[in-house]
Amino acid sequence: MTRSFLAWLTGSAITTFARLITAVRAIWDGVDPVPSQRVYFANHTSNGDFILIWTVLPTALRARTRPVAGADYWLKSPLRTFIGRDVFNAVLINRNAEERSQDPMELILQGLDTGASLIIFPEGTRNTTDKPLLPFKSGLYNISHSRPEVDLIPVWIDNLNDVMPKGKLVPIPLLCTVTFGAPIRVAPGEDRKDFLKRAETALLALAPADETPAEEATV
Amino acid sequence: MNETHADFLTLLAGIICVLILASGIGYALKQRVAPDGTNATIENLNARILAWWGMTAFLAVAFLAGRGGVIALFAFTSFAALREFVTLTTRRASDHWAIACAFFVILPLQYWLIWYEWYGMWSLLIPVYAFLILPIIAVLQGDSRNFLVRISQMQWALMICVFCASHVPALLFLEIPGFEARNVLLIAFLIVVVQLSDVLQYTWGKLFGRHPVAPSLSPSKTWEGLIGGVASATLIGTALFWITPFTPLQAAGMSLVITLAGFFGGLVMSAIKRDRGVKDWGHMIAGHGGFIDRLDSVVFSAPLFFHLTRYYWSLT
Repeated sequence: MTRSFLAWLTGSAITTFARLITAVRAIWDGVDPVPSQRVYFANHTSNGDFILIWTVLPTALRARTRPVAGADYWLKSPLRTFIGRDVFNAVLINRNAEERSQDPMELILQGLDTGASLIIFPEGTRNTTDKPLLPFKSGLYNISHSRPEVDLIPVWIDNLNDVMPKGKLVPIPLLCTVTFGAPIRVAPGEDRKDFLKRAETALLALAPADETPAEEATV
Repeated sequence: MNETHADFLTLLAGIICVLILASGIGYALKQRVAPDGTNATIENLNARILAWWGMTAFLAVAFLAGRGGVIALFAFTSFAALREFVTLTTRRASDHWAIACAFFVILPLQYWLIWYEWYGMWSLLIPVYAFLILPIIAVLQGDSRNFLVRISQMQWALMICVFCASHVPALLFLEIPGFEARNVLLIAFLIVVVQLSDVLQYTWGKLFGRHPVAPSLSPSKTWEGLIGGVASATLIGTALFWITPFTPLQAAGMSLVITLAGFFGGLVMSAIKRDRGVKDWGHMIAGHGGFIDRLDSVVFSAPLFFHLTRYYWSLT
């Protein structure tokens, strides 16, 4: 009881802080914020990425949406464990193949089978390059192939990388947007590579037109 | 209840009457022209009126909360405006600490100095000290690419969003003989006249606008809107002389100065938006865009209004 209240309080503090720094705004472009089961797949440039998605989801959707995150990061300290498990209710997967006892895909599918929606980052790791996206890992394909009835929603997170670049402790306040696009699914007989390409294209299509690095776009 | 409160509440009642009238007109227009919400102009008008209710409520609460409330309100407004402005500036990762310093050191310090009534310091903090310190922080990162562009834009952002905006709460600390403890009404006068001028320019422009003032900057600003809006807002400002230390003629002169400054402020900020390829500064206020979209005119008129009042009326 106390623990779930604390989790709610921490969650509210995190979303309030996210809104204060980024004034984040959701753009529903080709899909509506309705509580059907979904896998949100997003670009990944910052540790705050899923917090922004989580913040802009309406409360009813947020309650049943679980981020998929690395156990190595979220189980490192009691505070992180509390935030990862109790606040975000994350599906924690071990990214290191040698250490893990359970297959990540098994955990992800188990999560879907309880009726939850998921947030995943199909690039597999944070993108610190100048390219808008890294090539997708196969996970997204495997999910859709195993659970073809679940919609995959592309989600473009804009500007958060400048708010909190890697290695900086203090965020700078900048306006961010989170754009949700039209759902996709694996078509019957669709090849893995073709599908992943299609998913990348669907996500990139949501990026604002000036998606070159800021200093090039605005000089 | 003292006299200031009574005058303030009279003014507030007047504004509420205008808003009720505006809401009624907006509702009637919607019912007659497009009850299904398909007329973009009417929808925008109604969104603006609704946002006006919100802004009036915020200002009223801050004013009744006293000096702390007003300073807190404008400090937050500066924060939100700076957030919008910096989003559109040329930045590099190496500017991170300089920008963090602008948000988390300079901005709070500016409002604290105003609270502390240290005029000599708050009027120099950003034009002199921030002007020198921020480029030093930036240069220590060793990245010279676009350096002048980056630091100039950072300074401009601070000047507009923090320095100029902070002149509004600074009005609270002028010492005007015979006007003691009534300074909050100076803020009310400034904001009401300048914002009404915006609304009236918009209305006159929509009704009679034919000849654009600056077609390459802002097609919606017309000579008809400018002259009609400034003239009618100046008349209203003159009629409000009783809440100010000014005579009716002085109130008219002040109103003319601040409405013109407000108009040019809007024009300057339009040029920046156009250069950056955006229509609005942000999306915080439905129907108005961002904070800067709504406050550009107040920001440009506040320093003029502050210094004219200080020079001719204040003892400090």
